[in-house]
This record gives sequence, C-alpha cells and structure tokens, in this order.
Amino acid sequence: MLLQRFLIRLLTMAITLFGVAVVVFVVIRVAPGDPIAMMLPPGASDADIARLRALYGLDKTIVQQFFIWLGGVVRGDFGTSISLRQDVLGLVFNRLPATLELATVALLMAVAIGGSAAILGARERGTAVEAGIDIASGTALSIPDFLWGLVLILLFGVLIPVFDISGRVSPQLDLPFVTQFYLVESMLRLRFDLTWDLLKHMLMPAVALALPLAAIIAQLLKQSLKEVLDLDYVVLARVKGFSETQVILREALKNAALPTLTLVGVQFTFLIGGTVIVERLFSYEGLGNMAIDAVINRDLPLIQGIVLVFALLFVLINLAVDMMYALLNPRLRHG
Amino acid sequence: MDDARIARRGVGPRLWLAGGWLLLALLAAILAPLVAPQDPLAQDLMLERLPPFWLDGTEPGYWLGTDSLGRDLLSRLIFGGRIAFIVAFAAAIAACLVGSVLGLIAGYFGGWADRIISRIVDIWMAFPPVLFAILLVAVLGTGLSSVIIAIAVIDWTRFCRVIRAEAMGQSRMDYVENARIAGYGRIGIMLREVLPNVVPSIVALLSLEMGIAVIVEAILSFVNLSISTDDPTWGGIIAEGRLSIHQAWWVLVFPLITLILTVLSFSQFGEALKARFDPVLR
Repeated sequence: MLLQRFLIRLLTMAITLFGVAVVVFVVIRVAPGDPIAMMLPPGASDADIARLRALYGLDKTIVQQFFIWLGGVVRGDFGTSISLRQDVLGLVFNRLPATLELATVALLMAVAIGGSAAILGARERGTAVEAGIDIASGTALSIPDFLWGLVLILLFGVLIPVFDISGRVSPQLDLPFVTQFYLVESMLRLRFDLTWDLLKHMLMPAVALALPLAAIIAQLLKQSLKEVLDLDYVVLARVKGFSETQVILREALKNAALPTLTLVGVQFTFLIGGTVIVERLFSYEGLGNMAIDAVINRDLPLIQGIVLVFALLFVLINLAVDMMYALLNPRLRHG
Repeated sequence: MDDARIARRGVGPRLWLAGGWLLLALLAAILAPLVAPQDPLAQDLMLERLPPFWLDGTEPGYWLGTDSLGRDLLSRLIFGGRIAFIVAFAAAIAACLVGSVLGLIAGYFGGWADRIISRIVDIWMAFPPVLFAILLVAVLGTGLSSVIIAIAVIDWTRFCRVIRAEAMGQSRMDYVENARIAGYGRIGIMLREVLPNVVPSIVALLSLEMGIAVIVEAILSFVNLSISTDDPTWGGIIAEGRLSIHQAWWVLVFPLITLILTVLSFSQFGEALKARFDPVLR
C-alpha cells in the first residue's frame, strides 16, 4: 500500500518535472524575442548571429532542441552558462547550499514562532491573549515576505543597526570552508565566531521568509489544538491533574499536528520560492539571487538549470511530506 | 446569521477602513495630474533628498520630501498608484477568468478534464512564482501589458485550485442532482447552479489577488523589469530607497507604508466581502 503510493508519486513527480522542463523551454524559445538576440549585444553582425545559433543548436527545430537538451540533463549535463562561462550544474551546486541553509533556518524559525503562538493561544483560548495572537497572525499572513524584508531592513539595519542587511558573510573574514554549507561547516569546525557572523547576515532574510509561514502554523495548529482539547482523552488527562500546558504538550500536540504538517510541506515550497526575491533584497549570494542575474543577463542555459533545480526541490519536498503523512497517519499506515 | 451579527463580528469597520484606503488611493491615482503637488518626473538637484515636512530643511509643497534626484516623493507615489491599480485590476481579472473557468470545468466535470487541468496546475506549482514572473517579463519585454500577462499566466492556479475544490463539493450536493433530474444540461447546471455558489470565493480571491498583483508589480519594478524606467512605480521608488537608505530613509519608508496599507486593505476587503456574500453565513 505504502510502496504503491510511493511509486505512483514518483511517476507523477517525473511527469511534473518533464512538464516544467517543457514549459521553461517553450517559454524561452517560442515567445516573441529571439534567444540569440537576447544573448548578443545590439548591433551584432548576421554572421555572428548565425554562428551562435549553430553553436547552441538553435538552427534545429524546437522539438529536436528540446530532446538534445533533455538528453544532456538526464546525463547531468545542463550546458554552459553564457554569462559566467562555467558549467551550469557546477554553478547551481555552488549556490544551492546557501539557499538551503537560509530556507531551513527560516523553516525552523517559522515552526518555533508559529508553534509557540499556537500553544499559547490554545492555552489562553477565549482571552485577550488569543485575540492578540489572531490579529498578529492575520497581519503577518497578509504582508508578503518582500515587504517584511524591507520593514526589517528599516528597523534593524537602519533604525537600530544590529544586523547586517547585505551579503551572506562579512567579506573581510577568512573562510576555511571546503563545502558551500557555511553555517553547518562553521559549527562542525567549532568556529562559532563564523557561525555568529553567518547568522547575523541570515537572521533578517530568514525572519522575512518565516513570518507568513509562522502565521499559518499559528492559525492552523491553534485551531486543531482547540478541537482536540475538547476530546475525552484530553479531558481525562486534565482530570488526572496535569496542568493545561502539560496537557497540550503531552497529549494534544501529537494528535493535532498532522493537518499542520501537511500544510507546512506545501508552504515550505512557497517559502523557498520566496527566497528568490528575499535573497535579492539582502544581496544574499544564493540560488535565487543568481537566478535573477541569469534572467537579466539573458543566460538561457543557466535559467533552465536553476528553474529545473527549484522544481526538483519542490516535488521532493511534496514527496517527503506525502510519505511522512502516510507513515504518521494510522489510517493510511494500516489501510 | 443576520447582518447585525456579521457587523458585530467586526466585518463592518474592517470593510470601511480597507475600502476607504483603497478608494482614497484609487482616486488619487485617477486624479493624479490634479492632486499631485509637483511634476513626478521633474528633477532639481537643488532640492535633492529633502526630508518630509515635519523635519528641518524642507521646502513647502514637498510634503514627503524628495529622492536623490530632487523628485517629489508624494507626487511619485500618487502617479505610481496608477500603474499599481491598472496592474491590480487587469491582472487579477485575467487570472480570475482563466483560473475560474478551468477550475469550474475540472471540478464539475471531473474525469479526464480534471486530470489534465490538475496536472497542469501541479506543473505550475513547481515553479518559483517570482522567478517565473521575472522570466516571463524578460521574455515578453518590459511594459505594462507584459507585467499583466505575466501575473495572469502565473496566478490563475490560485483561482483554479480553490474553484475546482468548491465546484467539486457543490456538484455532489442534492440540488445539483435535482437540477439534473429536472432536465437541465450539464453546462446549464454548471453556470446556473454551481457558479453562483462559488462566487463568494471568487470575489474574495479576486480582492486578494489584486493585492498580490500590486506586490508582484512592485517586485518586478524593484528588479527593474516592469514598465519603462521613466514612469514612477512603487517598486521603482522602493528600489531607489533601498540604495539611499542611509541618506534618505523616507524614500523607502513611504512607498513601503503605501504598499503595506494597500495589500492589507485588499486582503481585508476580500475577507469582508466573502463574509457578506457567503450564502451559508448570510
């Protein structure tokens, strides 16, 4: 049952990724605007255009081009970046860790902030505290990450300048890292001075990304907790003399968490999508920031590679959430 | 639930506050040439980085100060509202039409139509939306219509997913079965019976989508990919403000407040409208 579900998901995943590849490819090539003209500076000669066209295989039909490109992708060859003159896959892998670290820190913050707010709101249900949490989460949810980023830049970059508002790490620092997972590696090397510097750069973009998700978690988890708190077994725990906080943490939480978990998975992909502009805002050297440069520089192979990697990340997260849900949900586990 | 109780639940004041701000901003945008105190494009290096009116060193007529080229910030915000509202209405309505039609078809007819449409939605959901928007505008070429098309092409899935789920729920209801027995055709039932019941959701989403469109337009102008660079846009002003943040904070603060109020208003307005038109709540 579980295996069958897994295989069906893998198949739809492959179809989705194939679809993404087709859409990116078609959007770039069929829409008005010659990709070669996009690559060359204005005023390039006809001979230059023809030469470049042949070099990138653009003299073939679109279908042929697509399958040549797809054949390369399947072998791990995403082509060569036009603006940076490097292997696309190498460039992507170089930047992906920065984005993954930012997104993971943001996710942890969202779960911590949203989870605490939900538990507090459920404990203080029907009071002014709950009303306050509702208003705060409603506001946090309505304002997108781009605007939160700007608010944070103003508050903690200018008004009270405590955090860095630009870059991933202070440029004057000597970095001993061999991987691109700076945050993880700084902790493994016990270089907590570097960890602190990285966090000081990462904190504000992470909060900007985390706030809308924290709001969703707060709202949904609080709702589920309130429903569970009226059930018999919770009432029993209360009768046994557990305090309300203990009741929530020990009894209610594990049964109320399942709907939130599913939602957090989908929302995490939105959060990763948000890194594109938030990285730009904070000049954070991640994949999203590179993606915007790639679009501005008309770097077709790089754009295709980045979009495909983002799509792969999204479908993998959805797959992981789906599998986790199946494992945790007793009805599906035994069905 | 009667109207009085809805009003007590706070829908009334929210609707008025949100609607009031949107009306004010919309009127200012429509009447921009009449109400803007200065020419939004006029540069004057003698007047560069004037602070807002309550600080020292201001000039009369430059209420919110000027940017690093000496252009009046308030006038630029008012004129920027024109682009914001045009994009908000046009892009949201286009996304709504495409998404609602496909959502109704998928949800009501089910079967192959649903499978194909849902697969396309899945593919769309696997794109990072902001990157998709930037890519589309880069490909289509900057300009107002490109921005509108890009937003509609990306965000129709928001309508499609919700309307599909609602139409699916509605199509299982007794009244739809009754209409079928009464001899109405499938398309007739879809338009006469199912559509009116999903209208509250469409209206709420439409208002929400207008706020999103305003943000996407601001993001596109922020990365310099929206309309021509001459006309003031809220995102363009924000991009300038981000650069001169240590010299002239007001160039970032005022467009940011404008954007936040507008986005909050659109989402509040949508929720209030939904509560008001929802047949179940009413």
